[in-house]
Amino acid sequence: MVLRRLLQGLRKTREKLGDGLSRLLGGRRPLDEDLIEEIEELLYTADLGPTGEELVAGIQDAWKKKEITETGELRRWLRNALLARVRGASGRLAQAAEGPTVILVAGVNGSGKTTSIAKLAKFLKDRGDKVCLCAADTFRAAAVEQLTLWAERLGVDIVKQDTGADPAAVAFDAVEASIARKVDTLIVDTAGRLHTQKNLMRELEKIIRVIGKRIPEAPHETLLVLDATTGQNAIRQAEEFGKIVPIDGLILAKLDGTAKGGAAFSIHDALGIPIKFVGLGERLEDLEAFDPESFVDGILGEERGEGAREPDGSL
Amino acid sequence: MFESLTSALGKAFQSLRGQRNLTEENIQEGLKAVRRALLEADVHFKVVKSFVNRVKESALGREVLQSVSPADQFVKICHDELVRLMGSETARIPVADQGPTVVMLAGLQGSGKTTTCAKLAHYVRKRKKKRPLLVAADLQRPAAVEQLRTLGRQLGIEVYEEGVDGNPPAVCERGIRHAFRNGHDFVILDTAGRLHVDDRLMKELEEVVKRCKPHAVVLVCDAMLGQDAVNSAGEFHRRLPLTGIVLTKLDGDTRGGAALSVREVTGCPVLFAGVGEKTEDLEEFHPDRMAGRILGMGDVVGLVERAQEVLDEKDAEKAAKKLLKGRFTFEDFLKQMQMVRKLGPLKKVLGMLPGMGQALEGVEIEDGHFARLEAMILSMTPLERRDPDRIDLSRRRRIAAGSGNELQAVHNLIKQFKQMRKMFGKMGKGGIGGGLSPEMLAGKGPRKGFRTPKGGAPFGSGRPGGRKRGRGF
Repeated sequence: MVLRRLLQGLRKTREKLGDGLSRLLGGRRPLDEDLIEEIEELLYTADLGPTGEELVAGIQDAWKKKEITETGELRRWLRNALLARVRGASGRLAQAAEGPTVILVAGVNGSGKTTSIAKLAKFLKDRGDKVCLCAADTFRAAAVEQLTLWAERLGVDIVKQDTGADPAAVAFDAVEASIARKVDTLIVDTAGRLHTQKNLMRELEKIIRVIGKRIPEAPHETLLVLDATTGQNAIRQAEEFGKIVPIDGLILAKLDGTAKGGAAFSIHDALGIPIKFVGLGERLEDLEAFDPESFVDGILGEERGEGAREPDGSL
Repeated sequence: MFESLTSALGKAFQSLRGQRNLTEENIQEGLKAVRRALLEADVHFKVVKSFVNRVKESALGREVLQSVSPADQFVKICHDELVRLMGSETARIPVADQGPTVVMLAGLQGSGKTTTCAKLAHYVRKRKKKRPLLVAADLQRPAAVEQLRTLGRQLGIEVYEEGVDGNPPAVCERGIRHAFRNGHDFVILDTAGRLHVDDRLMKELEEVVKRCKPHAVVLVCDAMLGQDAVNSAGEFHRRLPLTGIVLTKLDGDTRGGAALSVREVTGCPVLFAGVGEKTEDLEEFHPDRMAGRILGMGDVVGLVERAQEVLDEKDAEKAAKKLLKGRFTFEDFLKQMQMVRKLGPLKKVLGMLPGMGQALEGVEIEDGHFARLEAMILSMTPLERRDPDRIDLSRRRRIAAGSGNELQAVHNLIKQFKQMRKMFGKMGKGGIGGGLSPEMLAGKGPRKGFRTPKGGAPFGSGRPGGRKRGRGF
């Protein structure tokens, strides 16, 4: 069950935010400055950043207007406010009209690209796709080996060259191979790069250009992997990568255990990029489609009531 | 690296300029800006709160100095508090009295442990004349051992490994024994990245500590971490006898507030900062300099140190003298340029200068531009280099053709070289020059006073009017 897993994955978030909030918002205590300050702290420490600031301003405002006077109302207010910010944030993966669908995966160093790709490959393979991986991270030592190991474990194709090869050339080969082998989905791994490294960002641009030479609409889907433990710099990353290539969606990795994923609100707020997947654990099947309602409920520590929508499993 | 925070504080202090006293009212804005800047910089909420309070108390309790402006005084107070927060002196890794020094690296997944291991090995070999051994004890991530092996091969540093199966604590133990036997005096243990809530893997680390008794246990910490930095670092600190921190990925544009939080929660000093992709991009962390940097005072000491490492002091002195006397030639210019290039990417070098952090924000500086200038100078005859005044149109055409540049580029180079010579000549006689402006370096077209005939072409650029993407600057 998706919801259960998400709730499990967000356990820490809930302990931090939800249980914190549950404690604060339990019962029907009247609001006061101290309580609002405590809520402010909880929102900030969940990496909500500027969104947290806005929320607190909103709470102050509503309190002064006597729209909310006690904790029960505040809880509903918060849920609505959070939900309003991510309601449209989920999205489906694009699909090529014919021929292989090319998914390009980018992100800063250590955000969890390669692991997310392995999970994504499993997800697609399980739904029946013929998947091929492309090892276009030719920079980091042993990145090609890492992806190769995943391909072997998953039993999917991989196109690779040696470390140090031109990543654009590897990508081109992979597209050629995918067409020839009638692959459904090609996932291209790229080297981690800080968005401030102009030369590496240009390299990314080149990879995309070269892929587009063989299949004009490709990459059909460009996913940016963000480490959910990253703070406000996540927004800058999304912005800067977006300048090189339109980002079609985010994978929020490492949301399990400790991460709070509060940055998701700020990113969606600021850039409107859909969050397509969330990484919820170490296992290959721990990748889920993003569902705004269960995400917010997960954060607030509230089980959903009857008639809850099942997140769109087909993406 | 902390430019963004610097500029935010700069704005806050601007409102203080011209005020006579530090009062509860007039520091409100400043305090708010500091709070906001620190929160946006991902400094933990509680750390921010206590920091702001301390600054406030300190500011209000203090007598207003007549000699400095209240704004400067406020900056000083923030600076002192920041230094205090980050630890007031440079910390070091202890060295074992006997046998090899053992350092264990731990951290979350993707924090940059394996890369840091290699950088640290390179550092101790080059700077401390050690003979390091890397031990591959990350048996979790696919190909992590292979990664360390590759890095070791590239650096010519031995890697102890037992493949991908086995028990990490035992691998570490045998690695240390291997070091003893083979005369290594510095051992670096690379462990698997883990979530601090993963009890099994945390136990494994405790086991490594118990069996290997490392002299230093270093937490590798991503500078981009958000508020959760406090929790993960706190947990590592609770389970392991942490002695220090390495901050990675500080070369990005993160404001790096995690540095402050982690320092506060663990009480451990930040030892090193990872500042780039290359193996040598590991710097000692100096809290006082960093605080100065946060507040826009520049990392001059860092620049000087770096310069000493790569520059020939006598050469530099000679060139500076000539420059100030106005007897600067293209030969000197070329030499200087080559020296500066040795310092590393230009933007990084300039970012260390006082006040430049803010000025450089958003400015794209590419080192390719240097290569173009160099090509032009190398296309000159020795006579032309020594006496630029003799370069007439016909010579300029030849230089342009020889270096593969447009004629306009040569015009610009010579014109601006002469301006620079004149300007520095004046400086040598006690006048004040404008210095190199970031616009000029970035080729964005000169500021006032650097106008060139055709409407402001950048220094040495062949394309009047500025730069296009993808081609030098």
